[in-house]
Amino acid sequence: MELVCPAGSLPALEAAIDNGADAVYIGFSDETNARNFGGLNFNDKNALRALERIRNRGRKLYVAINTYAKPDSFTRWQAAVDRAAGLNADAVILADIGLMGYAQRRHPDLALHLSVQASATSAPALEFYRQQFGIRRAVLPRVLSLKQVQQLTAASCVELEVFGFGSLCIMAEGRCHLSSYITGESPNKNGVCSPAKAVEWRKVANELETRLNGVLIDRFADHENAGYPTLCKGRFIVDGKRQHALEEPTSLNSMALLPELKAAGIKAIKLEGRQRSPAYVSQVVRTWREAIDQVLQHGDDFLVKDRWQETLAKNSEGKQTTLGAYDRPWQ
Amino acid sequence: MQLALGPAQYYWRRNDINHFYEAMLSTPLDIIYLGEVVCGKRHELRAADWLERARILAEATDKQIVLSTLTLLESNADLNWVRKICDNGNWLVEANDMSAVQLLSEARLPFTCGPAVNIYNHKAVEHLMSMGMVRWTVPVEMGSQQLSGVLNACEKKPEVEVFAYGHMPLAYSARCFTARHHGLDKDNCAYRCMEYPHGLPLASQEGEELFVINGIQTLSGEAVNLLSHYPQLCERGIDILRLSPQWQQMAPIIDAFDRARRDDLDPQLLPPGVDGYWCDRPGLELIARSGIATSE
Repeated sequence: MELVCPAGSLPALEAAIDNGADAVYIGFSDETNARNFGGLNFNDKNALRALERIRNRGRKLYVAINTYAKPDSFTRWQAAVDRAAGLNADAVILADIGLMGYAQRRHPDLALHLSVQASATSAPALEFYRQQFGIRRAVLPRVLSLKQVQQLTAASCVELEVFGFGSLCIMAEGRCHLSSYITGESPNKNGVCSPAKAVEWRKVANELETRLNGVLIDRFADHENAGYPTLCKGRFIVDGKRQHALEEPTSLNSMALLPELKAAGIKAIKLEGRQRSPAYVSQVVRTWREAIDQVLQHGDDFLVKDRWQETLAKNSEGKQTTLGAYDRPWQ
Repeated sequence: MQLALGPAQYYWRRNDINHFYEAMLSTPLDIIYLGEVVCGKRHELRAADWLERARILAEATDKQIVLSTLTLLESNADLNWVRKICDNGNWLVEANDMSAVQLLSEARLPFTCGPAVNIYNHKAVEHLMSMGMVRWTVPVEMGSQQLSGVLNACEKKPEVEVFAYGHMPLAYSARCFTARHHGLDKDNCAYRCMEYPHGLPLASQEGEELFVINGIQTLSGEAVNLLSHYPQLCERGIDILRLSPQWQQMAPIIDAFDRARRDDLDPQLLPPGVDGYWCDRPGLELIARSGIATSE
């Protein structure tokens, strides 16, 4: 099982390599990737450096170009694919079928991975992308239960990668417009969700308010830990009740399922967090490296160590983790 | 300009569904989309019942009947439902995910793509047309400028449909938010979404209507209303306007849009709603506050 790790900068990439990543995924510094945040990602010079470090250590480099290309600037997305091919990246991670068609025609030897943003959840959907564009791997959306992942792996025509750890999208990826409804910018169009430029923190009396484009997302009392106002993790009023109506601030952690995922034939585990610091990448990657090695050596006797759990909880939203959709009761 | 009734988003009782569609027969709609698009657990009408409904309606009307597929497939049961719809043998199918696109294109059948299929550029349109797509309902978050960009760049255009009235489907999840609101898991949801025939409103702590919860789906808190943009929709080459089924007062909505196409456009006939997405702004904004919007 390959451990696929995030890097939003060279120091993060080095941290991922040093701590045991088999592959590192990066994006270019523009709206062609789904972590289009200021000061993050790779220009041409840094991408070359990234490649050099990857090759020196015998790891793989994947480039995420996983937003949906705009008609007027389609060439920007094409150029991103060309740059990844020019780097000799081991794969590009794509979501847009327009762009996949281009990549396949122009760079027939470039491996294509289907991004989670394409939201393929069934064998025929995977077959669509394999037949049309020759994808070799697909990243599954975080909407399937463990049993559904097992069934899909058995029926799939391509190798599958699943999310192990990181920020939890509770909506099917690539099929959520909540962010553009409130702020005008979305993961599909702009590579951002609940963008930082729309965020306001306001101290009002004894409370701290978080707003997105003026819309109140949450209010925190002094003793509460105020989190980033990701839209789906705010507190709202439903039927007179104030609650985390969609989801609480929490991160996904599927480590406990590693033996089952391996047995099912899952080929790769993805860690989320290109927007996170090198320190996060170091700690989370090292923890997952140890866990995967443990599963590979001891198989069914695998137990999540307390030390691992603590490290992951410390690096989670709201300091808590969940099995998410893998676990039916969460649904 | 044709008027289409989109697929119903909410979970209504069988009798209510049947009455609703019977009432639609006497309206000036041109197209009726039928089928469950949100949750494969909803069983008031299963796939076979929707096919039967299609047959009954088709016998009674010349309106085009289109069958819509589920949007988010999770289980084998969901996939089987989609297969039954795709294998119907009579009617055009609206594919709401790539599973349906694959099944329909393998069977060499023409199909339409619903708004949750991610088509954002001309290359994607052309690719899907090469596989049999004859009609494209534009993603709800796409503005008129990007849409024009797509259409201008297409060598060959499909029929183009725009979501013009109703609460917009914004997101789909593994989690059922209606069940969660009632402290239930999805596996034991007790079909509580049936208690909310126009969804369960979710507001900010300041009382601003943000979203509508509908089982695993999240809709916009406000209804989109592009009536005042009717002239511009015509100019941009839109072929079909989609009106989303409402629990009540569907006929006046259809009537208001029908008047527009008979040169009797009156935006005051309907509540203002929102039009932000169409104006390339956040979806919840209302740009054309009153009167008839004109092209910039």
